[in-house]
Amino acid sequence: MTMTTTQAPTRHSVVELTQVSRWYGNVVAVNDVTMTIGPGVTGLLGPNGAGKSTLLHMMAGFLAPSGGTATLDGRRIWRNHDVYRLIGLVPEKEGVYGFLTGWQFVLSSARLHGLPSPADAAARALELVEMTAAQDRRIETYSKGMRQRVKVAAALVHDPQVLLLDEPFNGMDPRQRLHLMDLVRQLGEAGRTILFSSHILEEVERVAQQIEVLVAGRHAASGDFREIRRRMSDRPHMFRVRSSDDRRLAAALIADASSSAVSLTDQGVEVQAVDFSRFTSLLPRIARDLGIHLWQVSPTDEDLESVFSYLISRSSA
Amino acid sequence: MNAVVADITYRAMLGRKRIWLLALLPAALIGMAALLRLIGGPDEHTAVILMEKFSIGTMLPLLGLIAGTGVIAPEIEDGTIIHLLSKPISRPVIALTKFAVAASLVAVFGAVSTFVAAFLLIRDESGVAYGFSLGALFGGVAYAAVFMLVGVLTRHAVTVGVIYALVWEGLVGGYVPGARSLSIQQWAQSIADRISSSPFLSSDVSLGFAVPAMIIVTVGALVWAGQRLRSLSLTGDE
Repeated sequence: MTMTTTQAPTRHSVVELTQVSRWYGNVVAVNDVTMTIGPGVTGLLGPNGAGKSTLLHMMAGFLAPSGGTATLDGRRIWRNHDVYRLIGLVPEKEGVYGFLTGWQFVLSSARLHGLPSPADAAARALELVEMTAAQDRRIETYSKGMRQRVKVAAALVHDPQVLLLDEPFNGMDPRQRLHLMDLVRQLGEAGRTILFSSHILEEVERVAQQIEVLVAGRHAASGDFREIRRRMSDRPHMFRVRSSDDRRLAAALIADASSSAVSLTDQGVEVQAVDFSRFTSLLPRIARDLGIHLWQVSPTDEDLESVFSYLISRSSA
Repeated sequence: MNAVVADITYRAMLGRKRIWLLALLPAALIGMAALLRLIGGPDEHTAVILMEKFSIGTMLPLLGLIAGTGVIAPEIEDGTIIHLLSKPISRPVIALTKFAVAASLVAVFGAVSTFVAAFLLIRDESGVAYGFSLGALFGGVAYAAVFMLVGVLTRHAVTVGVIYALVWEGLVGGYVPGARSLSIQQWAQSIADRISSSPFLSSDVSLGFAVPAMIIVTVGALVWAGQRLRSLSLTGDE
């Protein structure tokens, strides 16, 4: 391969949110978010109810920002149907006509885009999502994963610069999931601007180079996955341990630097572990050495919500 | 107009069980006419009453409601409308196409069945069949536009539509003379009255008012629906 200094400029699209807020009555769904989504795959990560769909709908022109602006390549997205020449949208809602076959559905998408040879485009898109074999069946006979794939095909039929996917991997079996992840990655590598939302860190990690974290409507963190992962696992973890001798166990745990606080409660020992991996290997060792039976070890803040709120407290600190 | 939008909408309206919803009332109307004919005393007065009460008074608003809301409300409800709206097509064009589908269905099921039923009863006596079928045609088009607008404006389109048809046109229109001039049903009747020479038919609303009112309401509803579709928002489940 040779390197040239004068590379032909390839067309890249950028979705830009500037101080975007959205509220419903008194409820703020998205609060003052500024982010730029450029070429490559970006994962929009956050717990359920964080405002991911709201944000995605504003990028897709299906919701007006209450404040701030959402633009595609500098052009306003809201009430501008021309942006759909560049955007492919895969909504989370089912959103398919069950009485059409997969072929008819994707072909209708190609025709609605006014493509010069809609049948070729539809065939190509169905091929891309490996739905050619089932294309002549009606969509109502499809599994959830298959429906998801024809939706992706319909969104890709005009070869869009920007692809927006709302929780695209939900309801897919593992094989379909891996296949779609591969596809999304490839499209990103080809220079398309892709944003997908998810509440599962592992999913985002596997596909996205860039991660934007949204918590309770706020833009909590932004970076590549290593950065986000480090921030998430570095946080103190809370555990509740029930054993045959809570007091002795508590004394032994606090003696080690992996725990920063230990308290005895009616429900057992509550431990704040500052070094996650050291604590998790230490606990069974201590129990064995002291002859204490462990009845229950449960993380008390392992849910995404608390992981994310930790991120928020970090980012605003 | 967009052929793909029309194609999908026709399939949605006719391809499944909803065609029975559209066909049921017209079939009942023709059935009643046939029955009256069979038992022997169909006269002009009976025909006019059947047309007034059942065809224009009951069937037409319900057909308008089924077709007008049916072309768009279920798609908004389940989100399939995004498939059409996320395309580089002007939203008013999508609204206009959906209206054309609804209007054509009301015309075929409403106006044609009205003509068949009236003709079955009294042939072309006094122009009753022509008058009512033309009234049903224009009234049906106006109903289709209004109910499609309702389908775009609210998720409770059917409830609102039934309340309008029953309470406003049926009850208020029946007792409050002024309200009659603001009733699609009365406008349709005014057209029927103009064309038919039947002495049993009279209308409270002049044609000079009914026709412009129909045009204004239809065009206004279409423009409003198109604009409303431009700002259609998805709230998501959050």
